[in-house]
Amino acid sequence: MSAPKANPVNVSPAPSAASVRPTIAGPIDDELQLVTAARAGDISAFESLVNRYERKIFRLGMNITGNREDAEDVMQEAFLKAYQHLPEFEGNSRFYTWLVRIAVNQALMKLRKRRPNQVSLDEEIETGDDSFFRDVEDWGPSPAERFEQTQLHEILNSAISELDPSFRIVFQLRDIEEMSTEETADVLHLSVPAVKSRLLRARLKLRQKLNRYFRRSETA
Amino acid sequence: MKCTNMIEELSGYLDGALSPELRVELEEHLSKCKRCRIVVDTCKKTIDIYCNAEAVPLPEDTRSRLHSALREKLQHQRRA
Repeated sequence: MSAPKANPVNVSPAPSAASVRPTIAGPIDDELQLVTAARAGDISAFESLVNRYERKIFRLGMNITGNREDAEDVMQEAFLKAYQHLPEFEGNSRFYTWLVRIAVNQALMKLRKRRPNQVSLDEEIETGDDSFFRDVEDWGPSPAERFEQTQLHEILNSAISELDPSFRIVFQLRDIEEMSTEETADVLHLSVPAVKSRLLRARLKLRQKLNRYFRRSETA
Repeated sequence: MKCTNMIEELSGYLDGALSPELRVELEEHLSKCKRCRIVVDTCKKTIDIYCNAEAVPLPEDTRSRLHSALREKLQHQRRA
């Protein structure tokens, strides 16, 4: 494909799944060995798995519940449940993917307890909304680099916490945890079209929310 | 293709999941529509920024609570 002519905005041509999703960094080679040792009762092997994934599970808890205390509970309960159910882990997926599924269930339970009438994952999402064309401004080549790490984390947390839970959960699983559409649908008991619809809207809404920080005019 | 159709196909485009025909049609639209090019570009950057952001280290007190709770419960479970 050739690049669009007279294109003042640098849109990467033919983006692929690989270009949007960086591969997960981190050692997974010995994950299975650690899981096997933990299943045999080696607590230190399980602690190594906890050390490896605690940050990511905490972030998942924060992004879904939007609450630090709940995120801490989610993390603790997820690791504890994972240990208890290790004998049932069949190794058909990565241990981390299995752990994420457990953590998502814990986070959903927290959300439902806190807001029993406000959290419905399967309600109809309105389509045909043209508000996504608001705030269309160029961000420049590397918008995130204009911020220090701490500030960037605050911006990202703030933007995602403003999303409806049914959007941010799908975004978390598809774009941050890199689950497939089918896996996400399975975990959330949603149809594949519902996941696709929520993901699109989550991406667009986040884009809009980040615009106020990243637009070029903000720092020019 | 209209701008609203482009929006509906945006996720598929970003994920590389569109049919070749639809991708060509969408890219033809992008070559003519600056507004849509910006939406595609900033949407892609949104995903990249979240994907590339490292999870922050746990606050020390949170980490300490997690590990002591797990140690206590796991050892209790192991003895049981």
